Amino acid sequence: MRYIIPAAVFAVLVGFFWIGLSKDPSEVPSPFIGKPAPAFQLTELKDPEKLVSQADLRGRPTVLNVWATWCVGCRQEHEALMQLASMDIVPIYGLNYRDNREQALQWLARLGDPYVATGYDPDGAAGLDWGVYGAPETFLIDPQGTVVYKHLGPMTLRIWRDEFMPRISSMAGDQG
Amino acid sequence: MKVRIVSLLLGALIPFASFAIDSDGPLPTPELQARYDRLTNELRCVVCQNQTVADSNADLAKDLRERTREMLLAGASDPEILEFMTDRYGDFVLYRPPMVGRTVLLWAAPMLLLLIGSASAFLVIRGRSQAENLPEEGEDPFNSHETDRHV
Repeated sequence: MRYIIPAAVFAVLVGFFWIGLSKDPSEVPSPFIGKPAPAFQLTELKDPEKLVSQADLRGRPTVLNVWATWCVGCRQEHEALMQLASMDIVPIYGLNYRDNREQALQWLARLGDPYVATGYDPDGAAGLDWGVYGAPETFLIDPQGTVVYKHLGPMTLRIWRDEFMPRISSMAGDQG
Repeated sequence: MKVRIVSLLLGALIPFASFAIDSDGPLPTPELQARYDRLTNELRCVVCQNQTVADSNADLAKDLRERTREMLLAGASDPEILEFMTDRYGDFVLYRPPMVGRTVLLWAAPMLLLLIGSASAFLVIRGRSQAENLPEEGEDPFNSHETDRHV
């Protein structure tokens, strides 16, 4: 009988730790989910004459991938992005974040370019407007230009299948 | 003498400590500087979560400091600047998040814990003083012995 209270306290603590420790504290919920994609206008990485803006992310589901050559996770996810690009399900746009044009171009030449177009954001201004705080980050945007989902960390085919595909299919359903 | 000079020199560094990671120097007026210091100490660096934007030398913190400075110089109010930050990084960027449905428990927890703590302290102390009174009430000596042992 006298063990009931300590046991209850212990159970509550276990509950708190169970939930608390299984969460990733670096994952901050994005305030953009369900909101229109933030406006931006950047020069295209490969062709500085062209512009990339939020207007490009309309009319069909799109993915915006934030990357940089200094980012280890971006190197890890590149293969997955190349595969996704070759599957040609949705166009992948790039946001080259706080990087150097020369190095970024070399990276794409060496590893392949999965992007339809890449906005060049050397001072991180567009990144700040998108609430970017740790590349790689991958946003899913619906045809109306609303941010639907954000993945923090390297993209994998598993995450694509589990988190992105169901959302993309439901968008297609909405239209049909 | 030598020790005294060294400690004097070290002491002279203290006023600069707070500007160590700020490369752009102080703002034009003391009022702006005070608001800048308050705001950057109020904002959490999202990359290095246990540091404020003022304390951190992460690139993102640098960007946020720069943006805070620009907005202050452009005449933005404190709430405008904090709103700009929460629009992009969520309530998480504030060290003092607003009291809304999701954060009620966060704000109430210290009070709740204090209540639970004082209630259990009260019960334990009352139980103990009652246990001390037991033998005088002519209870079974075996029982009182056991109570002592477990308190």
